[in-house]
Amino acid sequence: MSHDLAALLYLIASVLFILALRGLSHPESARNGNRLGMLGMAIAILTTLTQLQEFNLGLIVAGIVIGGGIGTFIAYRIQMTALPQLVAAFHSLVGLAAVFVAAAAFYNPSAYGIGTPGAIQLNSLIEMSLGTAIGAITFTGSIVAFCKLQGLVSGKPVTFAGQHLLNLALGILVVLLIAWLCVSNAPAAYWLILVVTLALGVLIIIPIGGADMPVVISMLNSYSGWAAAGIGFTLENNLLIVTGALVGSSGAILSYIMCKGMNRSFFSVILGGFGGESAVAGGGEQGDKTHRAGSAEDAAFLMKNADKVIIVPGYGMAVAQAQHVLREMADLLKEEGVEVKYAIHPVAGRMPGHMNVLLAEANVPYDEVFEMEEINREFAETDVAFVIGANDVTNPAAKTDKSSPIYGMPVLDVEKARNVLFVKRSMASGYAGVDNPLFYMDQTMMLLADAKKMCEDIVKALEH
Amino acid sequence: MASNELIERLHGIAGDAAELAHDLGALAVDASRQAGGTLATSGGGAEHMSSPLIVGLTVFVLAVFVGYHVVWRVTPALHSPLMGVTNAISSVIIVGALIAAGSGAGFSEVMGFVAVTLASVNIFGGFLVTHRMLSMFKKKDRSAAAGKAK
Repeated sequence: MSHDLAALLYLIASVLFILALRGLSHPESARNGNRLGMLGMAIAILTTLTQLQEFNLGLIVAGIVIGGGIGTFIAYRIQMTALPQLVAAFHSLVGLAAVFVAAAAFYNPSAYGIGTPGAIQLNSLIEMSLGTAIGAITFTGSIVAFCKLQGLVSGKPVTFAGQHLLNLALGILVVLLIAWLCVSNAPAAYWLILVVTLALGVLIIIPIGGADMPVVISMLNSYSGWAAAGIGFTLENNLLIVTGALVGSSGAILSYIMCKGMNRSFFSVILGGFGGESAVAGGGEQGDKTHRAGSAEDAAFLMKNADKVIIVPGYGMAVAQAQHVLREMADLLKEEGVEVKYAIHPVAGRMPGHMNVLLAEANVPYDEVFEMEEINREFAETDVAFVIGANDVTNPAAKTDKSSPIYGMPVLDVEKARNVLFVKRSMASGYAGVDNPLFYMDQTMMLLADAKKMCEDIVKALEH
Repeated sequence: MASNELIERLHGIAGDAAELAHDLGALAVDASRQAGGTLATSGGGAEHMSSPLIVGLTVFVLAVFVGYHVVWRVTPALHSPLMGVTNAISSVIIVGALIAAGSGAGFSEVMGFVAVTLASVNIFGGFLVTHRMLSMFKKKDRSAAAGKAK
């Protein structure tokens, strides 16, 4: 196959990838888009194989079969609540693959037409080292994110004195090492870049706390794209460059949306340390206020006699795996003639869109699920707001209390509903370590229990 | 008198113009010869009109803009599937891995094989988990039946 034909096929693959992303503007077109993405990938792989002069087909097929088998197995076995961990793990693989490809190009540059060992073109060396650096940071950073999300290490931010200075110093060191590599072509320089950036990946992510993970995952998503683009420059392959740019900008936009949802600057998230120490400070004021606790029967009675109920799910629902029984509860309410809607805050859950997937998994129709801007004004005409596993995203102090750490964060106007039911394990403060005045308002009834257990009890009460 | 002078001057200018045209023609021939030469040595193709780095950079910047506009149109409800898809397509890095795995040179071949395997995990895992997610998003009317089937 000629180079031109291959380039055309790569172009077709790029367009198919763009269409795959475009399809995601609506759930109906998204399924088709995903298929186009698969088609694009198949075209890309087959085109590349025809470009190789002589190759060990067995080895390549073995790699694809082993990897594909593992991927398929994981994709069908994974629980939807564990989605954020899965995505983090997948990102780490992209990063590692980028590192390996760059290493292969460094040791065998003639296969890529970028020079001979020891005499690689300057621009290829720069692109290669950038691909390696970003790939390595993505790899170890994603592993740390995975461990935090999976609960293998504490989700609390890990901070120490001089942390940012150390990161800065390492960053400068990487730049110097890249310069050394460009001048000398020395393998030692290449491996040192790899080692330092692997360490940097860990150091960048450890100070970031659990609930900031939506930003971290989006950011790593973005990095994996830039790494692919970097490799694309080395290989002078437009498909890789286009795809890398698409993924990179997608991740960047998601990070931006998540930061906006928390009213925090990207840098304050990246520099980390949020939500660790301040938890102690917020705890002190709790004692002198009273809250009203209720039972499942009370909640069932309230909701059965309501005209309209809005359910506000949060990460706590995911942890308790309460989405299925929650949908059962909503079905029973609908049978009673109650209008039920769901309100999703942009940063609810541990990755962008996490709650939507969990509700979809529990067979909640997507046209009952609304984004914050769509539904916020409806709370004023709602009889019951049912908050389950969410906390900070409902905190009215974000609108009024200028001293609050979450001041300015867009929140759901839950307090405007006539009644608020708040399912929560205990009266402890949320992730941001901020007390929620909503707990002590007259219209609020606290349902202190595990989210799943409480929903089951409400379902029982409704059935009677 | 004045008209004679004018005619003389015009003649001069015409002569200059003719000379210039001749030079230009020679330059054009020269340029086309050189272009032909580079095309011949590079084995054909238009990619040598500017350096590959610049071409790549052009493609890159334009693709960032395309990505920006396409991704802003993605509905927030589908942000998780978006991550799944972008994760899968970023594994297009397998193209580079295949070249290494097919290079037949010891170390590089091993690196390539590992990278092909890792990227395949991602490609299959990413697309299939996205497919799984998307197949769960249902509209109101069908949800009841699906709920019972499960």
